[in-house]
Amino acid sequence: MDQLQLAEMVEKYLRGELSEAERGSFEIMRRNDPELDQMVVEYHFFLEEMDRYGEIRRFKSNIYDTHETLQENGLIKELRIKTKAKIINMWSRYRRVVAVAASIAGITALFISGMMTIFSPNAPIRDIEELRRKVTSLEKQSSNQRVEFNKFKTKIEPGASVKFGGTSFMIDPKGFLVTSAHVLKDAKMVYVENQDGEEFKAEIIHTDPLSDIAILKIHDEDFKAPKQLPYGFSRNATELSEPVYTLGYPKDEIVYNEGYLSAKSGLDGDTLAYQLAISANPGNSGGPVLNKNGEVIGILNARQASANGVVFATKSKNIYTLLNELKESDPDLNIKLKNNSSIKGTDRSHQVRKVQDHVYMVKVVLG
Amino acid sequence: MSITEQEKAVFKAIGRNDKDAIESVYKENYSLIQHFVVYNNGSEDDARDIFQEAMMVLYEKAKTPDFELTCQIKTYLYSVSRRLWLKKLQYARRIETQIENFDKIAPVEEDLEDHEKLTKQYMTMRAAMGKIGEPCKSLIEAFYVHHKNMQEIASFFGYTNADNAKNQKYKCLVRLKKLFFAQYKNS
Repeated sequence: MDQLQLAEMVEKYLRGELSEAERGSFEIMRRNDPELDQMVVEYHFFLEEMDRYGEIRRFKSNIYDTHETLQENGLIKELRIKTKAKIINMWSRYRRVVAVAASIAGITALFISGMMTIFSPNAPIRDIEELRRKVTSLEKQSSNQRVEFNKFKTKIEPGASVKFGGTSFMIDPKGFLVTSAHVLKDAKMVYVENQDGEEFKAEIIHTDPLSDIAILKIHDEDFKAPKQLPYGFSRNATELSEPVYTLGYPKDEIVYNEGYLSAKSGLDGDTLAYQLAISANPGNSGGPVLNKNGEVIGILNARQASANGVVFATKSKNIYTLLNELKESDPDLNIKLKNNSSIKGTDRSHQVRKVQDHVYMVKVVLG
Repeated sequence: MSITEQEKAVFKAIGRNDKDAIESVYKENYSLIQHFVVYNNGSEDDARDIFQEAMMVLYEKAKTPDFELTCQIKTYLYSVSRRLWLKKLQYARRIETQIENFDKIAPVEEDLEDHEKLTKQYMTMRAAMGKIGEPCKSLIEAFYVHHKNMQEIASFFGYTNADNAKNQKYKCLVRLKKLFFAQYKNS
């Protein structure tokens, strides 16, 4: 009897699937062969462990699903607390220390910025390639064809042509999207298109060239707001080597790519950005970069022109910062970012399936 | 407080991995644990992790034939979560604050020791599964986790017939067993 047959025999024996006669002869064999007996004991233990593993896995996936369903139906909610009292308390206790630390920091900062102006080269060499996509006439033709096949009609005025493209994704189900600011450069009109080919007119709410973030809002009767977004937005720093993935529109169809976080700062130590090892092409700009928990850690925006596979993303923390600034200037805007991701713990393809509904192609008509 | 028959039935159903029971227990208890964790230096994610781990402990106990539930499910989950969270706070060396008192706390120390042992065993198998590679991993999971029959597995993985799939499954199983015991002896 070879290994495989033996394994099958032992499993059937242990699960009580052997016939009376087979069972009898197997037991005689087992009594006469200590090696076989040892193997049965091992298998017994192993199969028990295997069954337990299966049960735990099933239970876990059940509780994950339950959490997601309950959250989607609004039966459990995030809890927000005010921690002001504690902070004030700490302030009064550490006021003097903070004052000293702040003045040292101030002096150091002045010193360093002075050194920087003295020593840094006057004209920095541009080693970065922004990943917005130039839509050529050829590509436009193919996109026109596609529109005809689609059940949705294009809303772009006849005569106006789409010059640049990129990616954007939803940050608030009310129709707020985020993309890279450079995608919208010189834009007169902006349209976004979901993966089903449905086009919506969008308005530019704000652009911040420094962090390369822009906020859009969909203004379109046909737009149906989703109940909830599957992903959350991370405020924390991501660790080196953490696997990440992105979705975007380098072509007229949504494209998935994966890689890892290779540095916590961007080009020339830019602390607003991450460096990623991932494949990205023009059109990927503005796409979400997600970690394994399904949390957005950044917005993909550029790649290094002189190196292969070195890609940069602006940190998601910058979205929070930008929204806080916006809230001060326009309190009615009311954009809320979700902290936690409801796809945490699910596998990658499930995450991608949930996320891709909220990733849109950006079409820019120049003024 | 005595435990109602209904409570006992729900507890047993949890042990059977019953979806409705899980949902009702989840719905009724999540906010209590969430409140507890978030008000004691925890994040939303911490709350979810702690609650789900407490659910795992409840499940393990519900499956143990001679285990008798001596308090309400709510009290049990709270006691387990509280213990788990305190441990994690110490572990993370966060500042320990006064944790608000819940009047009834069940003794769960031993249950958590059992849980730790089970988790360790689970992790051993998980590590072995992580090393086995594809298509073995999916094949083994389809059979032992999702309880698919050989016919379904054969058509899903593209084997010409159930016998071929079965052969492949045993090949994988023999390899997994080796990896498992290597892992087991190391731990």
